[in-house]
Amino acid sequence: MIGRWLRLVRRSSVLAAAVGIALPLAPLQGTPAPQEVGSEVASADRQDAADVLYGRPNGAWMSTYRPLPSRPTLIRGATIMTGAGEELEGADLFMRNGRVEAIGRHLEVPAGTEVIEARGRYVTPGIIDTHSHLGVYPSPSVSSTRDGNEATAPNTAEVWAMHSVWPQDPGFTRALAAGVTTLQVLPGSANLVGGRGITLKTVPGRTVQDMMFPGAPMALKMACGENPKRVYGGKGKLPSTRMGNVAGYREAFIEGERYRREWDAWVEGGMRDSLPKRDLAKETIAEVLRGNIFVHNHCYRADEMVGMLNLAREFGFRIRSFHHAVEAYKVRDYLARDSVAASMWVDWWGFKLEAYDAVPQNIALVSEAGARAILHTDSNMGIQVMNQDAARAMYAGRAAGLDVGREDALRWITANPAWALGLDDRIGTLEPGKNADVVIWSGDPFSVYTRADQVFIDGALIYDRQVSAVQPTTDFEVGILPSSARGGER
Amino acid sequence: MGRGMRLGAAVLLGLVLPFGSTALPAQDLAIVGATIHPVAGPSIERGTLLMRDGVIVAVGADLDVPAGVRRIDGTGKVVTPGLFDASTQLGLVEISLESTTVDSRMSGDPVEAGFDVVDGLNPNSTLIPINRLGGLTTAASLPSGGLISGRGMVIDLWGETGEAMLVRPRAAMVASFGPSAASVTGGARGAAALRLREVLEDARFWAANREAYDRGETRPLSLSRLDLEALQPVLSGEIPLIVQVDRSSDIRAVLRIADEYGIRPVIQRGTEAWMVAAELAVRRVPVIVKPLTSLPAGFDRLGARFDNATLLHAAGVSLAISSFQTHRAHNITQEAGNAVRFGLPWEAALRAVTLTPAEIYGVADRYGSIEPGKVANVVVWSGDPFELSSRPEQVIIRGVLVPRESRQIELLERYRTLDPDRPPAYREGGQTP
Repeated sequence: MIGRWLRLVRRSSVLAAAVGIALPLAPLQGTPAPQEVGSEVASADRQDAADVLYGRPNGAWMSTYRPLPSRPTLIRGATIMTGAGEELEGADLFMRNGRVEAIGRHLEVPAGTEVIEARGRYVTPGIIDTHSHLGVYPSPSVSSTRDGNEATAPNTAEVWAMHSVWPQDPGFTRALAAGVTTLQVLPGSANLVGGRGITLKTVPGRTVQDMMFPGAPMALKMACGENPKRVYGGKGKLPSTRMGNVAGYREAFIEGERYRREWDAWVEGGMRDSLPKRDLAKETIAEVLRGNIFVHNHCYRADEMVGMLNLAREFGFRIRSFHHAVEAYKVRDYLARDSVAASMWVDWWGFKLEAYDAVPQNIALVSEAGARAILHTDSNMGIQVMNQDAARAMYAGRAAGLDVGREDALRWITANPAWALGLDDRIGTLEPGKNADVVIWSGDPFSVYTRADQVFIDGALIYDRQVSAVQPTTDFEVGILPSSARGGER
Repeated sequence: MGRGMRLGAAVLLGLVLPFGSTALPAQDLAIVGATIHPVAGPSIERGTLLMRDGVIVAVGADLDVPAGVRRIDGTGKVVTPGLFDASTQLGLVEISLESTTVDSRMSGDPVEAGFDVVDGLNPNSTLIPINRLGGLTTAASLPSGGLISGRGMVIDLWGETGEAMLVRPRAAMVASFGPSAASVTGGARGAAALRLREVLEDARFWAANREAYDRGETRPLSLSRLDLEALQPVLSGEIPLIVQVDRSSDIRAVLRIADEYGIRPVIQRGTEAWMVAAELAVRRVPVIVKPLTSLPAGFDRLGARFDNATLLHAAGVSLAISSFQTHRAHNITQEAGNAVRFGLPWEAALRAVTLTPAEIYGVADRYGSIEPGKVANVVVWSGDPFELSSRPEQVIIRGVLVPRESRQIELLERYRTLDPDRPPAYREGGQTP
């Protein structure tokens, strides 16, 4: 039974990631297919093994997301920016059963199709943020809601951001109203190894699992530089220096590698011996080493980013994206060479020394160099103006003579973040077969005056600026102001 | 020609500069053929703007440009007054987390009325060129923290010395009311109000009993002599009290206390100011808002909404716009654009980043609009200043065409190409295209 599951799981890294398990397999290292579970495993152990292999007791932490009901829908006569390079004027988009089915002019659609006239308006894929703390640092920001940094030890690979997410954070509804459909919620950057991040949809849910993007790989948040050394140096603990930081990462990966071998050997040995001891922190690192969890690395300085690439080479894992990366432009050739994305702001700078060398052309320079450039926010306000900030990054690049266009700017907030989250086969562009995560904008999404009119997730209309019944609100904001003070633009 | 040479030339020519010493002299300039938004009056199509000796001398549709005046072609361009941010810490902060570079805060007592930021002003701060190239020419630079933070100043983002940059020192007293003020005064809003009243009471008493105080014949006062003295222009109404406050009931408490002591409050941030709009309008109390505010960030900000500025303006409240982000203060253009997105008339948004800040700080006789006699702080934009695609093409401060130089531009040039045979360390920063 378990063996059948294993083969199934192994065939699909997506599914492996979906169940979010410490899968004792090594697809990158070419582990042979596991054998049927041996009879030597006692039934209790067998249940434990199943838990581990299936992903948290009986799939307990899996997504329970279900798309809202949708009708076949045609968006007619819009300017469609696909995120894949085209900007099609006077074009139609047809979506059905949660997918984009067709894009073109004068599409024929079946009877009963909902038709939205969008002449003069723009259509883009849903916007994606690789770096958010919505839910873990929610609004209101008070001590009882601050759940984003387990700042009690420099390596807390055992914690999962999803266990802190408060689904009633009003930030989720604001992000949705701004055209954001997918976001990665990460632990904070106090720790060298901060724990697992989770990819969510901006759909309302009673639990975080209702919001979880099914099958999305989990993330491991790591942090370079000033934050960990400030937090732990201040407590008289390692790390208090940048060399202490690197020693800390290496220790964590040495332990994680030992753990991976122990578990993989157990699986390869037919799971006959008693179950190895489980360790949540090492399990996360082992999953990184197997390629099932993506490393998202808070790192500002150019030299430190290259140092982290060296660390990845030493232990045989990949960094999926650097985050903040204000000096990415200085090492954009390294990023292109190693196919590492950089998630950046347009112009945040100066709040600490490692953010002193920022230039507003950072994103454009990284993009022009052929590396994967991403505009991220790390901000509950920034996530509400991602289209604007992508535009500013593009115009800053153009003003300096860099070769970046509108299609690039859109990729920075759609296709590229989709890749960084391991979801580029499903979201990030408008192409037949992709998830119908779609935004209809009142005008050019790169104008400051433009607003998101309608937002679809998996083909379902989930936000409509004109229809209050299609504007989700959080429990927190129910009745919190006198009725005379409600409403308005939020 | 380098700065030093330009300065030498200016000295040799015996040019008299209107404001202390600056590296570049003010030129006689004419912007010709632009769409000019003077703020003080109706917009002018294909207008001309004349500046001489750092001062605006004429603006209109049919002006002759005298010989010898440098002409700037404004065809297709948009001209506005230099932007004025009503709330920054420019010149007082370089790197926020490096305390040796931060001079915006005097910590010790919740009341630091005597604290004056002027002597900490760093004219070589890299933030100044970065912000002025974004179109910001003038800023209020304010202290922060505690119940009463101290006195802020108005500066132009131009000048070799702090003295040269100063427009008005000690132009406002800064305070806060709400949870943060409560936390430093006893843990309750009532405690903050009690202390605020005690401070104002003592300052008033001191003014009336100065000689007795100097002889040591008064009751003990709760403040130092320097604090008491610093509060006098607030009590006399000469300078405003800028109060960072959000909750509607907290704003009302500030209005009550202001009435009791006859002081002129300005509401800073004012997340729920829209709920108090009518009262603010009647009392002519200005509000400095950040339009990009939509979340209930704290229990004193539950009424956050994007159209706060729109509602305040509609009620007749005097409105200024800030990003409250010193390093990126020039992004008040994006803030203003978003205020327009949520319903604020475009002209009101422009006034909120030019003339209204000048009025708040008592410098509207010289700043905030394009009118003859005013300081020649002017920006030539490639288009609508609030639109993301627009950029400042010329920034003029006190009649000086600001050079396109900043640390960010030099870093960009240093790394514009990555040449393995010529490491960046051997490159200077260069000129922007």
